[in-house]
This record gives sequence, structure tokens and C-alpha cells, in this order.
Amino acid sequence: MKRFVRRFARSRSGVLGVAILVVVVAVAALAPVLFPGSPFRRVDRPFSPPFGRQLLGTDVLGRDVAAGIAHGARTSLTIGMLATSAAVLVGTAIGGLAGYYGGRIDDLLMRTTEFFQTIPTFLFSILLVAILAPSVWSIVFAIAVVNWPTVARLVRGEFLALRGREFVQACICLGMTDGRVIFRHILPNCLSPIIVTGSLIVATAILIESALSFLGLGDPNVMSWGFMIGAGRTFLRSAWWLCTIPGVAILLTVLAINLVGEGLNDALSPRLRR
Amino acid sequence: MTGGAGRASYVLRRLLQVVPVVLAILVMNFLLLRLAPGDAAQVLAGEAASATPEYMAQLRQRFGLDRPLAVQLLLYIKSMLVLDLGFSFRHNMPVLELILGRLGPTLLLMVTTLVASVATGIVLGLLAAARAGSWRDTLISILALVSYATPLFWLGLMLIVVFSLKLDLLPTSGMETVAAFHEGWARVVDIARHLVLPTLTLSPFYMALYVRLMRAAMLEQAGMDYVTTARAKGLSETRITLAHVLRNAVLPVVTMAGVQVGSLLGGSIVVESVFAWPGLGLLAFQSLFARDFNLLLGIFFLSACLVVAVNLVVDVVYTLLDPRIDV
Repeated sequence: MKRFVRRFARSRSGVLGVAILVVVVAVAALAPVLFPGSPFRRVDRPFSPPFGRQLLGTDVLGRDVAAGIAHGARTSLTIGMLATSAAVLVGTAIGGLAGYYGGRIDDLLMRTTEFFQTIPTFLFSILLVAILAPSVWSIVFAIAVVNWPTVARLVRGEFLALRGREFVQACICLGMTDGRVIFRHILPNCLSPIIVTGSLIVATAILIESALSFLGLGDPNVMSWGFMIGAGRTFLRSAWWLCTIPGVAILLTVLAINLVGEGLNDALSPRLRR
Repeated sequence: MTGGAGRASYVLRRLLQVVPVVLAILVMNFLLLRLAPGDAAQVLAGEAASATPEYMAQLRQRFGLDRPLAVQLLLYIKSMLVLDLGFSFRHNMPVLELILGRLGPTLLLMVTTLVASVATGIVLGLLAAARAGSWRDTLISILALVSYATPLFWLGLMLIVVFSLKLDLLPTSGMETVAAFHEGWARVVDIARHLVLPTLTLSPFYMALYVRLMRAAMLEQAGMDYVTTARAKGLSETRITLAHVLRNAVLPVVTMAGVQVGSLLGGSIVVESVFAWPGLGLLAFQSLFARDFNLLLGIFFLSACLVVAVNLVVDVVYTLLDPRIDV
């Protein structure tokens, strides 16, 4: 663990990513304390510019932009994490089965995976959310559905490679059950690439969520950055901050997660380092 | 296997692989149709209120909504395969006609974006790899990282603020100034001016992908034996890079660009709705608001078919470009 931290700290961009991410997570966690009450509540007169009476100004209905940013951080991170967990679980299960058993099962599962990669993914998630009615759960589902194939292909490759290694062959010869071989011996050996891919999927998930809520497919009961930009775009000329600030929040969060992902990649897979 | 016969059988085999994919897309569409609120006839008719009762009854009969699910699926597939995608009451037009009418602008935007992002991606990747580790490399890497993390719709809005509202240089919405009745070259220039901002919005994300891919491929190729050979026979570094390394490094970028078509279609939904670009994406956005699910499903079906077709063409072209690929 110590060695891992030291290796990770060697990448300056990775550390920068962690620093930004810590701030975002802290703001998200403290949102109910810093800005109690609903972020949809009216706090001041409309269109009050930032750095005046309210830290980040107010929107067309007099809602506090800063409160929206804080509660939006909660939404983005929650949806990003939930969707990624679901995608990683499903992708690992499917990729693992395909890679371990091979043959017909592999063929069938991989054809399915390729199919899900062929269809236009964003359009597919729009359809899913629109048809299931927008809610946190339908959004999580839609994002997970378009992201699991990446994990499945990765895990299949890892399983396929590890399946042929001597220690796995030895386990099988010792008469271990498939479950034991998979969970105790193969899976722990491919955790690093899964973690790295997972962290990058969180970033993608946040981008998809913001685009969905920008298009009006967000959960109407929770505040989100994409919704704020969508609501502010009509006032682009008169109130620049309504679109600019949430966009910067998305950009910084996604950038930070990507930087952390790359840092993790460098620290976890020493083989790939230069 | 080489030669014409081998290639023909490869193309045939690839064509046969398309069949189950198209069927799977249809089954998926059918399932989504069943998932939507209301009965399938209501969904197929778009806004239930605007369809006539006669049309609804006709739909119920044609899709056999009182028959078992399997029969319904078969009837649905049958009508979709002859490209009978239904009627949109919102637009008062058959869905197929509506979609085909909007295909042009979207293809224009996609092709421009593809060319712009591949070209800048290759050039920047080349510049970065030529002096790996220099400040120029770092700068390009940062640009790629930021472009990769920027939400498309937000970038579009910011470009509107800068180039249209502040500098008043470029138009913010639509594909052409209809009221101006431009003709000939004036019209082309007008459309080109409208195309600038949507392309600038959609390109950076893909450019970022190609920059990284290009840089990695250039560095990988630079270590190959043929480069040493070229250097040993006294070629200049510029010539080695441009005539030898570049050609090989471009291949993965081109492959990737072919795979991105589906993703580009998704990106164009967001960009078209920001710039009111009259393509498929804007149509999808509008049908979302009108709750015209049948139209949305039609767009999904045809764009999925488009992606399948493009992948097929890319695969076939690839065997022509790279003789090493075993057909």
C-alpha cells in the first residue's frame, strides 16, 4: 500500500487530479450542511450576479447557483458511482464467464457484447431514459447498459490470458471448484485493470448524465449540473454565469477523474511504465 | 486466401454477419416499444390525442395487438424490414420520409467533424511524438486531456457566447439564412459559415482521442527495425517520419475513426440541439419533447443500421488498404 502511494505520488498530474477530486467530494458531502434545504428553493431576487449578495449569483427563479453546484456534485458523483458499479459488476461477470469457459458461451456472450457496442450508445441511453421515465434509477440503468461492454471485453481478455497460466492449471488439477479458481485466483489478478477502467467509466458516466439532464432527461427531483446549463441557456446573453459555472464544474470533475485514472494506471501496472 | 474470389467470399461472409445484428436491433426496438407507457398502438401513433381512432384501430389490427407476443414481434419485424416505420402525427409525415430528409445535414456535420478531428488529431499527434517529453508535447497532451473532459453542449454554448454574442462573427443557429434566399456559391458560403461552430464543438472530443492514439502509434513505430534501416541508409529524419513512420501510424487512427460513427451520431444530438442544426439529432431532440416515441425508435433503428453499414464498408476497405489482413 505504501509502495503504491509512493508510485502514485510520482505522477504530478495524478496528484493534481486527487486534489481536485477531494474538493469536489467534500463539497458534495457537505452540500446539505453548507446549503440546507432544497436547491430548487428561491433565496434572492433573480439574476443576481456572482460574487455579490450570493457567492455564485442566482438564476431566473432566484435559486442559488452555489447551492445548485453543491447539490449537483452529489448527483453527478452518486450517479457516476452507481452506474459504474453496475457496469463493472455486469461486465466482469459476463467477461469472466466468456473468458473462463470459452467455446460456445464465449461466442454467445461476445456477440452480445459487440452488439451493444455497435448500436449508437448515446441515442440508446436517451431512448431508455425517455421510455422508462426520467429518474435517478433509469439514468443509472441507461448509463450502465452502454458502459458494461468495455469492462466485459477487458475482463474477458484478462481471464483468457490467466486461464492458460500454470498456477491456474495447477489449481484446476488440484480439483478446485470453478468458483474457487475464479474468485480466489483469477479475479484478484485482474483487479488493477478493472479499477483503472472503472475510474475512467465514472468520468464517462458523469458526462453522459450531464448531457441527458441538459436535454431535459434528468431526474426532475434532484439538482444536476446539466439541468442548470439547460435552464440557463436561454439567458446566455444576459446572465453568462448560469451556463459557465456548472460547465466548469463538470469539466474540472471529469478532468480530475481522468487524471486519477491515468495515475492509477501508471501506479498499478508497472509493466506499462516507460 | 488472396485474390478476387477470396475477397468476394469475405464480403459475403461479412454481409451474412449483419443479418443477426439487424434482427437483434429490431427485437430491441420491439422490446422498447413494449416498455413504453400506454399500449403499442398509442406509442406507434405518437401523441395519442392527435391520431384518429380509425388509424389506431388499423394499427392495432396490423400489428396484431390482440395476438400472442411472438406473432406481434414477427408482424413488427415484417413491417420494419420493408422500411414501413409508421406515421408521425406531430410532423404530419411518414417517419421514413422525415428521417431521410434530415439525414443530409447530419451527414454533412459528421463528415466535416470526422475530417477536421482526424486531420488535427494526426498533425498534433505527430508534433507531440516528434519531440516526446518537450514542452510542446506537454502542451498538446494538456489540450487533449481538457478536450476529452469538456461536455459538448457546454463548449457549444461558450463558443456561441464568444464568437456570436461578443464578436458577432458567426451565426448561432440553423444551417443557412433561409430568409436571404442565397443561391449558388453564396449559399455554399452561407452554409459553411453556419457549419463552423457546430464542427468546432463536436470535433475536439474526437480530436483528443486521435491525438493520443497517433502519438502512441508514432512512438511505437519509431522503435521498429525498418526505421533503423531507413536511418542507416542515410535518410533525413523528416523523410523517415513523413514517408515511413507516418503511413504506418495512421492506420490505427483511421480504424478508430471508423468505429466512432455511432458515437458521433450521439454527439450530434447534443450539438444539433444547441445550434438548431436541422439534422437527425435535432429531430430526435424534438421527438423527445413531443413524446413521439415511434419517431425516436425509427431514428434509432435507421442510425443503428447506418453504423452497421459503415462498419461493414470500413472492414472491406481495410482489406483493400492493408494486404496483410487475412481475408
